[in-house]
Amino acid sequence: MPAILERSTLLRHTLFALVGIGVLLLLIHNLGDYRNSQLAPIAYTVCAAAGLTMLVGQSGQISLGHGAFMAVGAYTFALLQAKWTSSHPNVQLVGLLAAGVVVAAVFGAVVGVAAARLRGPYLAGATLALALGLPSLASYEKLSDHLGGSTGLNVTSPNPPTGVNAYRWQSIICCVSAVLVLWFLSNLSRSRVGRSFRAVRDDEVAAALCGLSVARVQVLAFVVSAGCAGLAGGLLAIINLTAGPGAFPLSLSLSLLAAIVFGGLGSMAGAAYGSVLVVMLNLSWAQTLTDKLSIHSAKVANNMPLMIYGVVLAVAMLAAPYGVQGALHRLRMLATGTRKS
Amino acid sequence: MFRFLNLTLNGVSLGMIYAAVALALVMIWRATRIVNFAQGGMLMFTTFIAWDLAQRHHINYWVALAVAVGAGLVIGAVAERLLVRPVENGPPLNAVIVTLGLLIFLQALAGMIWGNAQAHSYSPAYSIVGYSAGDRTLLFSPNDVYIVTAVLIVVVVLYLLFQRTSLGLQMRAAAFSPEVARLLGVRVGRLLTLGWAIAAALGALAGILAAGTQTGYVQTVGPFDALLVYGFTAAVIGGLDSPIGAVIGGLLLGIVLSYADSYVSNNIQTMYAFLILIAVLMVRPNGLFSRSAARRV
Repeated sequence: MPAILERSTLLRHTLFALVGIGVLLLLIHNLGDYRNSQLAPIAYTVCAAAGLTMLVGQSGQISLGHGAFMAVGAYTFALLQAKWTSSHPNVQLVGLLAAGVVVAAVFGAVVGVAAARLRGPYLAGATLALALGLPSLASYEKLSDHLGGSTGLNVTSPNPPTGVNAYRWQSIICCVSAVLVLWFLSNLSRSRVGRSFRAVRDDEVAAALCGLSVARVQVLAFVVSAGCAGLAGGLLAIINLTAGPGAFPLSLSLSLLAAIVFGGLGSMAGAAYGSVLVVMLNLSWAQTLTDKLSIHSAKVANNMPLMIYGVVLAVAMLAAPYGVQGALHRLRMLATGTRKS
Repeated sequence: MFRFLNLTLNGVSLGMIYAAVALALVMIWRATRIVNFAQGGMLMFTTFIAWDLAQRHHINYWVALAVAVGAGLVIGAVAERLLVRPVENGPPLNAVIVTLGLLIFLQALAGMIWGNAQAHSYSPAYSIVGYSAGDRTLLFSPNDVYIVTAVLIVVVVLYLLFQRTSLGLQMRAAAFSPEVARLLGVRVGRLLTLGWAIAAALGALAGILAAGTQTGYVQTVGPFDALLVYGFTAAVIGGLDSPIGAVIGGLLLGIVLSYADSYVSNNIQTMYAFLILIAVLMVRPNGLFSRSAARRV
């Protein structure tokens, strides 16, 4: 690696991001509509999972309720899209997604202030109740006219530029967003902010003695993480063409957590691996495997993908406690014969 | 006023069910420092077993209940031995993911056996027609009396088990300080398995009690997930370490949910649970009944 790239983290990450976008564009161009429609959910899951791994892995706070922040992003997108018509579809798209990020981040700040007082299972309990409670607000009588009740709000897909089909365009939007999020978070993680996150995670008292305001750092982690989830929510709304409470079940929040633990906690690459695994397990691998088994009972066949998902979650944790990233690290140590971590 | 009384009674009955789930979670938390997310799946599964026996094969309510509690004991013990033991000393989040995997597995398994399309109803043990006070009907029925009594009996039995027997003392010792307990000859591993088994059996009871309160309660997902979240909320309100806290937390949650449901709106129950939880935790970040915890320095 050239010396300048070793010295400048920003330059290195930017280069990786550009290469990443290039590779993804090539991939999207060569994939069919069906595969692209699978790539997009992976990409928005990466956005949310990367934000969550920043919170859980780096700042040491747990959230079982990131689906709620995604819901905020999606509803913001849907509500504003109905209000704001623009002659520039791309400007409108970026504006709406950014609005989703901002509103979710503000919401994250509110939750973060409460969360900064809570630790471990108490925080887990509070965020779990949030994940279940917030989407139910859509059915509240006084809000359901604005939020569309249990069916939710309609979202129109952004118009693709001429010559690009709709599936590819959705895939491009999601993948570029995912790369931008990864680029931003990688830089943040290597900066003063990221170091303060880790300092607070490792030892709150020592971090406070070094002059860090522990509560402020913890709230900031929630803000960053909720913002990423808000972006993911906006993207989800574009893909699903709707923002409704049904899109944000408890299982969404929990599978985000599964994704980051799966990939290896705290690492951006891990969040990406984990998202691929979790989304593909949910979508297609388990389905393909079920089809291969040629089960006749509909009850068994319908539940097979879910069962495989559950078994894989448990077995993966038993087999690779530190996730994919941890397993890779161990392989690398074996290969080079070093034992230092 | 009468309405208020009715809502309170209804809340007490619901609250006792939440208390039972909370108590199961607290037992597991005290023993292994793990929040058992699979509890919802375990009690869903055992309730389905009882439902199959009682409603489809017309077997006696009490026999079905006994079978479900027995199945709970087995599921709890197997889960602890097979899944929890290996991750117990690993990173704490891994145990969460493992219990999550078990939850999903149990939901899928129940779907394979009983199908997940329909919502089944479970006939309660006793009449759900409320007692009448003068010419008005109370929202409190013989079945509610049964629910409250059953949970109270379990709470008293558990209290006696933990405070008055040698086995209970060993279980507390194993949870409090596994290393020292092991040195003193306590079979820590076995007691942890037993703790999980008892907790799962208690969950099985709670599941059946809950299933009788509402028609169409028995589904593979949905109501039982909410029951888990309410149980967890109740346990957190009470302070995860305190069995008494779990019961008080359950009652508090049940009563407040009952008021809010009737006075505000019955579509956003889960949001109230969140608001109550936040309100309690803002005042006491470790729950109502926890001893003020010294944080690691």
